Amino acid sequence: MERIIEIIKEIKPTAVVDENTRLLDDHVLDSLSMVSLVSELCDEYDVDITPVDVVPENFATVKDIAAMIERLEDED
Amino acid sequence: MKNILELLELNAERFPDKPAFIDMEKTLTYSQLLNDARRLGSGISRLGFKNRPIAVYIDKSADLIAAMLGVVYSGNFYAVIDTEMPTERVNRIFETLRPSAILTDKKHTELPSYENAATLYAEDLLELVEDSDRLSEIRKAQVDSDPLYTLYTSGSTGVPKGAVLSHKNVLSYIEWVTGEFGINEGTVFANQTPFYFSMSVTDVYSTIRSGATLVIVPKQYFSFPIKLVELMNEYKVNTLYWVPSAISIVSNMRVFDYAMPEYLRTVLFAGEVMPTKQLNYWINKLSDEVVFANLFGPTEATDICTFYRVNRKFRDDEPLPIGNACDNCDVFIVGDDGKAADEGELYIRGTFLASGYYNNPDKTAEAFVQNPLNSSYPEICYKTGDLVRLNEYGELMYKGRKDFQIKHMGYRIELGEIETAASAVEGMKECACVYDADNDKIVMFYSASRLKEDALFSELKSRLNDYLLPNRLVKLRELPHNANGKIDRKELKTQI
Repeated sequence: MERIIEIIKEIKPTAVVDENTRLLDDHVLDSLSMVSLVSELCDEYDVDITPVDVVPENFATVKDIAAMIERLEDED
Repeated sequence: MKNILELLELNAERFPDKPAFIDMEKTLTYSQLLNDARRLGSGISRLGFKNRPIAVYIDKSADLIAAMLGVVYSGNFYAVIDTEMPTERVNRIFETLRPSAILTDKKHTELPSYENAATLYAEDLLELVEDSDRLSEIRKAQVDSDPLYTLYTSGSTGVPKGAVLSHKNVLSYIEWVTGEFGINEGTVFANQTPFYFSMSVTDVYSTIRSGATLVIVPKQYFSFPIKLVELMNEYKVNTLYWVPSAISIVSNMRVFDYAMPEYLRTVLFAGEVMPTKQLNYWINKLSDEVVFANLFGPTEATDICTFYRVNRKFRDDEPLPIGNACDNCDVFIVGDDGKAADEGELYIRGTFLASGYYNNPDKTAEAFVQNPLNSSYPEICYKTGDLVRLNEYGELMYKGRKDFQIKHMGYRIELGEIETAASAVEGMKECACVYDADNDKIVMFYSASRLKEDALFSELKSRLNDYLLPNRLVKLRELPHNANGKIDRKELKTQI
């Protein structure tokens, strides 16, 4: 999860983020940062995040993102 | 026809019960929109002034459209203020706008203010009875060159400039855009652009003119693009007019590999350079019948002055033309020698042109100038500051901005505005922003003492809109300077 937080901070240097920050409700992530985040996560974890996975439930918090990645890694 | 409201009245008669503007909470039919706008206008007109600016401070919604048109009914003109904008920037806009009133709703508790400007709440005005006699009198006294709205763009000295657009401007522009792209009562727009941004003029007034329907897409849907496609299919959206960065989200996430918009027929874009690679994804995925067009123009020409309808294939690394002038609008190129040329600065003339900048005679005189190719009679042109050239097809190609003004995320930005804000931060010594066009990133170089990067960022955040925030901060011990003692921006550009 540390690595996910680092990636978010690289995209949004102003963001104050921990694993429970409400990324969407607190407007940490906007549409353009979502695109960057998805592509960074795909590269970093070597998973295929498709638009079907890009739903609010999977990006609400860093924990949710981590859970999604774990799921996608298992599928591979 | 002299007044934009005549179009609304016409369509309220033709299609009283048809949805005109839809947001996720509310739908306004043509007759509801007309009634709301007339009641709001009656209420505002009690203040007893005309052709005065009224700031509209309401979140993007169907109700915001009613409020804008309500201002117009009152015989005044509107300036839509971004409700997410930092107070400091609102205040800077108010310095030149000097609004006579602020129209808002009760959702907003913390409001911007300006001297003695009255605060009006839409909910209160909507409870009043319409005053038809007064509205008729107001209409009778109006002319088509009266202002309809003012739209603020970023200014180099840090002072935003408000372009003043009239009924005549919008009526003639809309005549072109609806005719060119076959916008009619069967059109359903998925609107992306904010109503304080010139591109929205196309969506909003094409809708009103044609009896079409406009669906306001919530901003969050662009983060979850499958929802975008679902929304487009639910409302049978057939027309889009988005900034390239919104179009690119769909391409970058390969959304059409998973869901297809079934009704889409017209895809228009403007506001910044459309990356061809991202456009090709759309062209390859969608049916051959879909029309794609690259639109180009400044706020000062209502929205658009030239356009290119995509009619041949482009490689991913080949730029799209900006094409040729719209009907009833003319553009020409002036070379460095001040004579007509095939390469140089783009000038615009015709009825799409704004009257000038509100309360800003200096900036108006700089940009709205006598046609340099005509010395026989007074003819005002707009000097765009955009550099263009003609290609082998006789189409215009965009080369870049003449000065430091850039297009970033669809917004026109003068880097000077960011620098002005940053210079005000405590500890800041010197700063300069350069634009990394290849990556669409604003890089700010600065030198400062006892100023931490995150402190600087949060300071900037409180002063600037999100799209004005630098994407990268680079701290230098000292900024390079050229022989004139100015910050050497060319040198900085080599460091990005």
